[in-house]
Amino acid sequence: MRIFAQNLSVKRGEELIFTDVSFELSPTESLTISGPNGVGKSTLLRALAGLLPIDSGTFEIKTDSKEAKPNAEYCHYIGHKNAMKAELTVLENLNFWQRTMAQEDTVDDDLIMSPEAAVELLGLSHTLDLPFGFLSQGQRRRIALAKLFVSHRPVWLLDEPTAALDKASSDNFANITNSYLEKGGIVIAATHVPLGFKEVKQLEMTPPPLNEDIY
Amino acid sequence: MSLFWRDIKLAMRSGGGALLGVLFFLAVIAVVPFAVGPDLNFLQRIGPAMLWIGALLSTLLGLDRLFQAERDDGSLDIMLMQETPFILTVFIKCVAHWVATGLPLVLATPLLGLLMNMDLLSIGAVSVTLLVGSPAITFIGAVGAAVAVTLPRGGLLVSILILPLAIPVLIFGVSAAYAAVEEPAPFLPPFLILCAITMFFAVIGPLAAAAAIRASTD
Repeated sequence: MRIFAQNLSVKRGEELIFTDVSFELSPTESLTISGPNGVGKSTLLRALAGLLPIDSGTFEIKTDSKEAKPNAEYCHYIGHKNAMKAELTVLENLNFWQRTMAQEDTVDDDLIMSPEAAVELLGLSHTLDLPFGFLSQGQRRRIALAKLFVSHRPVWLLDEPTAALDKASSDNFANITNSYLEKGGIVIAATHVPLGFKEVKQLEMTPPPLNEDIY
Repeated sequence: MSLFWRDIKLAMRSGGGALLGVLFFLAVIAVVPFAVGPDLNFLQRIGPAMLWIGALLSTLLGLDRLFQAERDDGSLDIMLMQETPFILTVFIKCVAHWVATGLPLVLATPLLGLLMNMDLLSIGAVSVTLLVGSPAITFIGAVGAAVAVTLPRGGLLVSILILPLAIPVLIFGVSAAYAAVEEPAPFLPPFLILCAITMFFAVIGPLAAAAAIRASTD
């Protein structure tokens, strides 16, 4: 599997958010996207996840298998929002996502964890039966990250994954991610802080030059 | 399907999408006798129509949150990225929403029919027509909810958008309910048209709603 992005640009409404973003990734590699606020990091990740239309350029995920799937189906996307229901318990939330995100052709069952194991991995076993709404911000974020493990996707798209996490938990998450990378995963993350991933490629985004004709 | 049970659980737990609709239904029907006066025959005559109007308005009540709640916490993004066709996801959400909010209305109808001095046959007719007709309102409502998903106060807009589309359901529902009681008019034709409308919107509704949501992701 390889990922190619060439000269991507994305518009929101009439406004061009960024232009000419290119990168290339193969398994075990990770890419961190950095840059000032508002430069389009989240927009880029949403576009890669297929949630925003790509205005020009190409984004391809090439695999050995003959059946082509939409790019989105190869990806886990963890956005700013945690995608969990406050009224349901942690276990109910994760059980739901495990069933919803299950894919028929996942060959290797070792890559999928039970919700209990995923939560334990992130050190929150004691919260399993609590409603998600009772948890602190950092704990919520860690439960949202547990979504990554209850079903398998070769590519992770992470938008500030360690926001609100304490030092120990972000180190823990970095370790987990590194062992995932060693198994041939690909990670693309937008971040302001060093995440401690191995095999890091950097993508520094800069604001597009102002087009003075507009003014 | 896990989505179905999750939505039912949410409706029960968050202190009641389901109960709220029934309470509103009760409020509407309970005030009618006070407004039109104690003329029992007149109440009996307008009963089916009032029950239908009450049920229609109660159904509209919780519809705007159908997709907005999913969007607010980011779940919608993940659902859009899955293998499961999004139309199917929308369809299941509609069915769950109807079971949690529409079905209680149908079950409450016999009780509220008593308030309108209706006889058994006409209560039965209204319950059956509501059972068949109210899913159509939910499916139509899903389109409105999908269009208004990005708007912060879309609630009223959803109602206004879908009311015109829900009028045929109301017309055939009420006329079937009356046909069951009044002699010359046959019951089956309007009732079968009502069934047809529901099946039609069960297909068109999720299709349009899914398209609207895909177009509005931003």
